[in-house]
Amino acid sequence: MNRRHTLRFLGMAAAAWLAGAPVPALVAAPALAADGGPVRVGEINSYTGLPAFTLPYRQGWQLAVEEINAAGGLPGGRALEVISRDDAGKPDDAVRAAGELLANERVDLLAGTYFSHVGLAVADFAARNRIPFVAAEPLTDAITWQKGNPYTFRLRPSTYMQAAMLAEEAAKLPATRWATVAPNYEYGQSAVKWFRALLKERRPDVEFVAEQWPAQGKLEAGPTVQALAAASPEAIFNVTFGADLAKFVREGEQRGLFRNRAVVSLLTGEPEYLEPLRDEAPEGWIVTGYPAEQIDTPEHRAFADAYRKRFGEWPKQGSVVGYTTFKAIAAAITKAGGTDPEAVTAALKGLELPSPFGPIVFRALDHQATMGAYVGRTAVRGGKPMMVDWRYAPGEAYLPPDDAVRAMRPVE
Amino acid sequence: MSRLVVRDLARAFGGVQAVDGVSFALGAGELLALIGPNGAGKSTCFNLLNGQLRPDRGSIRLDGRELAGLPPRRIWRLGVGRTFQITATFASMTVRENVQTVLLSRHRCLSGLWRPAASRFRDEAQALLDRVGMGTQAERPCGVLAYGDLKRVELAMALAGDPGLLLMDEPTAGMAPGERQELMALTAALAHDRRMAVLFTEHDMDVVFGYADRILVLDRGRPIAEGAPAAVRADPRVRAVYLGDEA
Amino acid sequence: MDFYFVQFLSGLATAATLFLVSSGLTVIFGVTRIVNFAHGSFYMLGAYVAWSLVERWGDTPPGFWGGVLLAAVTVGVLGAVMEVVLLRRLYRSPELFQLLATFGVVLIVQDAASWLWGPEDLLGRRAPLLRGSVEVLGQPFPLYDLMLIVLGPLVLVALLLLFHRTRWGTLVRAATRDREMTAALGVDQAKLFTSVLFLGSALAGLGGALQVPREAVNLHMDMAMVVEAFVVVVVGGMGSLPGAFVASLLIGQLQAFGILVFPQITLVLVFLFMAVVLVLRPYGLFGRPEEGPPAGEAPGPPLRPDGPRAATVSLVLLAALAAVPLVAGDYALIVLTEVVILALLASSLHLLTGLGGLVSFGHAAWFGLGAYGAALLVRDAGAPMLPALAAAPLVAGLGALVAGWFCVRRSGLYFAMLTLAFAQIVWSVTFQWYAVTGGDNGILGVWPADWASSKAVYYELTLLLAGGTLWLLRRAAFAPFGYALRAGRDSALRAEAVGIDVRHRQWMAFTLAGACAGLAGGLYAFAHGSVFPTLMAVPVSVDALVMVLLGGLRTLAGPAAGAALFHGLETEAMRLTDYWRLVLGLVIVVLVLAFPQGVVGFARSLWDRRRGGNGSAAEPVA
Repeated sequence: MNRRHTLRFLGMAAAAWLAGAPVPALVAAPALAADGGPVRVGEINSYTGLPAFTLPYRQGWQLAVEEINAAGGLPGGRALEVISRDDAGKPDDAVRAAGELLANERVDLLAGTYFSHVGLAVADFAARNRIPFVAAEPLTDAITWQKGNPYTFRLRPSTYMQAAMLAEEAAKLPATRWATVAPNYEYGQSAVKWFRALLKERRPDVEFVAEQWPAQGKLEAGPTVQALAAASPEAIFNVTFGADLAKFVREGEQRGLFRNRAVVSLLTGEPEYLEPLRDEAPEGWIVTGYPAEQIDTPEHRAFADAYRKRFGEWPKQGSVVGYTTFKAIAAAITKAGGTDPEAVTAALKGLELPSPFGPIVFRALDHQATMGAYVGRTAVRGGKPMMVDWRYAPGEAYLPPDDAVRAMRPVE
Repeated sequence: MSRLVVRDLARAFGGVQAVDGVSFALGAGELLALIGPNGAGKSTCFNLLNGQLRPDRGSIRLDGRELAGLPPRRIWRLGVGRTFQITATFASMTVRENVQTVLLSRHRCLSGLWRPAASRFRDEAQALLDRVGMGTQAERPCGVLAYGDLKRVELAMALAGDPGLLLMDEPTAGMAPGERQELMALTAALAHDRRMAVLFTEHDMDVVFGYADRILVLDRGRPIAEGAPAAVRADPRVRAVYLGDEA
Repeated sequence: MDFYFVQFLSGLATAATLFLVSSGLTVIFGVTRIVNFAHGSFYMLGAYVAWSLVERWGDTPPGFWGGVLLAAVTVGVLGAVMEVVLLRRLYRSPELFQLLATFGVVLIVQDAASWLWGPEDLLGRRAPLLRGSVEVLGQPFPLYDLMLIVLGPLVLVALLLLFHRTRWGTLVRAATRDREMTAALGVDQAKLFTSVLFLGSALAGLGGALQVPREAVNLHMDMAMVVEAFVVVVVGGMGSLPGAFVASLLIGQLQAFGILVFPQITLVLVFLFMAVVLVLRPYGLFGRPEEGPPAGEAPGPPLRPDGPRAATVSLVLLAALAAVPLVAGDYALIVLTEVVILALLASSLHLLTGLGGLVSFGHAAWFGLGAYGAALLVRDAGAPMLPALAAAPLVAGLGALVAGWFCVRRSGLYFAMLTLAFAQIVWSVTFQWYAVTGGDNGILGVWPADWASSKAVYYELTLLLAGGTLWLLRRAAFAPFGYALRAGRDSALRAEAVGIDVRHRQWMAFTLAGACAGLAGGLYAFAHGSVFPTLMAVPVSVDALVMVLLGGLRTLAGPAAGAALFHGLETEAMRLTDYWRLVLGLVIVVLVLAFPQGVVGFARSLWDRRRGGNGSAAEPVA
């Protein structure tokens, strides 16, 4: 290519970019005969910031989209097309990506996000631009409560719900002296706050004797474990996850922290967090999670079989969330009969749909889905970590009374 | 009439008396050479005068004002200019900008954020550069100048502060013999024209005996001789120190 | 009492790892003066390589320890390769360019590790024979941690022997003291540097490999470690091995006992500690005055005020930028708005780094303070957009005024790390002060006023404010203020000798740069509608520095061009591929190798060559 050609090419590329011409989508829509063209969903997640959780999630929604399109697509034969962007775990990058998806890709809907602050940033963007946003994974209560807005809906059970599930189990324990360890940011802090409040409600006799707030990703395992042990609690509530959890478990085992102590631990039963612990996974912790290989309901079996056939591995928590998010979007568009943002928003309110965990509903009250989680105990069987003695805790049973929710949500 | 009067200057480093009881006076237009073997205390003496070091005792008066113990910036403002043994200029600026910077500093104009500096004191800077023979190189960056030229730029920068006293630390070190003579002749002429006192150290004895009006000899921190070149040359103590060193 | 002793032991174990990694960093810095951002990446690679080896052969003691050592050697070889392939070509460039190159390596390694080992955390085997724990004063204590406690001092002794009893070590020490002299004495620098990079990287790799039995190997290990290692090196005194050792011990204990006393402020404890040490001791605990601090750079050719043609070009460019909304879509405007804002951020940093010769690792603090200042006014005082925007530079400038007073008392990397400390303190206050800042969930709803709500209007407003400020910065560079700043950078000795209070100038520059960064932050807040602590986190500071360096330190247009280039590349790469970090890292490495003057510096010398024809790049044109 000589210089003139290069220049012309660059000029054309720049012109196309400036004018906002769409680039080929990451996931090409299958060729469905469509009058109105495909329904375009802009999807944003922390694919490079947190790949361990977001890659199974992506496979989940890919499966959902393939199923939907294979079954003839959305009303009017329109295909479901997803344009996916990485936010690198940063809210400003997410907002820019949302701007691009809206302006250039003309998406009808936004979905995704994992981190709470990223979710909140996109939710605020969605409200400002009056476009529906289905927040898939962020856990913060604020996204549906204090900072809730008319256009934002959230699928995954929130910090409050998961803490409530565990507080219920914790209350059954004889322990009265509790210690907590949680990452030092909003998620960790509100998890501890709710757990304490809800446990105290059921068991006024418990006291909290120690708390540790390691910086996320920088847990000093030895000193932290030692400091917790020094307070001689009877039970521990853990909110750390990922690399911090692995360090905590290892040091805790070696230093005897878990000997004769109950541990209640948020999210630890999710395969994303449990599986990396391998045969060193703790025994007998009470956790929320997802025992994918053991759930034998028809709806879950169908999902898990399809997933395994497509990707050759068991689904993870993120897979279920990704899958269900896009099933919900499809259901909402079907119910709305089109992609008008107001109609889709209205359709999402109170939307009922089946999920691999059973039927769920996006509550009209606060836009929180009633998807639940599995509560059980951790165990190692045959060198593999897993959940045992689990039960499904339906989300609707672990939400505050409607009046309390209404009081927290801003007036619309 | 003396411009600079130094009385009983002393400074020790950890028990070693680097400068001990140095006194001298220096008149307008006069060149005084400070010499002595290595370790005699020349550099310490210089640094006491320019404010890099604080004296333990003694006084330094320039035109009646006390300098001892003041920081370098204040001493410069009170009229002490200097050149360095290894030239120190602003390498990323042009020759004229170097001099302009000093002029701006002298006129306390360095806080300006708006008016371009290039047009400020331009003629004055050019005149100083012409005076030291650098007028034609005013637009070249200091970073690319020959060493002898840098020495001249330093001289112009020192003059820009309109000093009553000029301190020159080995002004001709690293220069070719011809250049040395030129620079010192220029310095002597400037001292005479501007009624400026010049104190310099130097290793080159031709320069010292050729240009100094008077010579002060230090040994181990103490003055051992002071006077006109011929007298110092004949002084038995000076001969002992220098010849003893070499023997 | 027993408990405190065991806590003390835990602190020692933490210190051992910290020492291994930071000793490598300090040796590399001492000899080569390279600020090696990639050191944390080598630590992470050490852990990954060791994980793979130990998975395979680690069930016997020889297999395990062989694996750990092999991992360290492998990483050392990678470090040497980086020196030969990349850094060696940059020794004649400004020192900061090596920093930029190592930043490119960081990005490449992140994606390479993710591609090779997958995204999931990898929990490796524990060390055979060291799996259990022993009773220490009635408390169980891991055997492995005891081994680490012993290993730390052993490595220190081995290194000291290496440096004091071998010819190679003598050369290394000589080079640490006086690089020019060593070169003048005929020591083969290339070989020396390669071997030092090998040793330093191998130590990082060893530190990483030894973590395998303690924690899950993960993709965030690099960043978590590199900042802390720099803290240790700076607290100990750069280039000083005993310093690194003592600093590791102190920081290890600080973390062990800090969580007992202040469990809530673990985030910032080490940075507070570093700030205190640096305020009290200019060169850390054991450091000597630096010979060659990574000041901005060796002085380049003079800055030239605009000739008529350059002025015309600027005006045409401005007019073209102002006309973009006529043809561009919303997204292009979003990105361009960001580019203009980041150009202001980078140019404000350039005032410090380019003109003042001060490298800041914490410039994001002022960007973030400006953003939060504006956002808080909107949220709590209901302020309209313009007053909020006006407040942004004031808030940031005030912060910079306070921090700057401390920072300008130090130079080189000590200055840089002190700015980092302040930035981290500001960040952690923002992160934790829920009642006011909303913590990590940020402040939402900071949208432009109705009249400026269209992307085009907000873009023009940004162009006006940022462009105006850029013009002011440009005037300041050619005004007496800029002269004084450059004078202080070129020769502080001479500047002081002609009555320039260099520190005071630098302090004022720090404040002005902070205020300009604050305005950029305010504009950024309204462009995105929300602010988060991430705006003042380390990556933003690093990005700003990268933009300045990419564009070129020696020109005033460089930072703006660097901002456009870096941000444009990043957003486009992120849009198109998951491996955008790899792309970005490779582009940075290629640019650094191809344009060691920065992109604009390169363009300028091309321009000069075409006009002058006789290589007159060094000659000013009025």
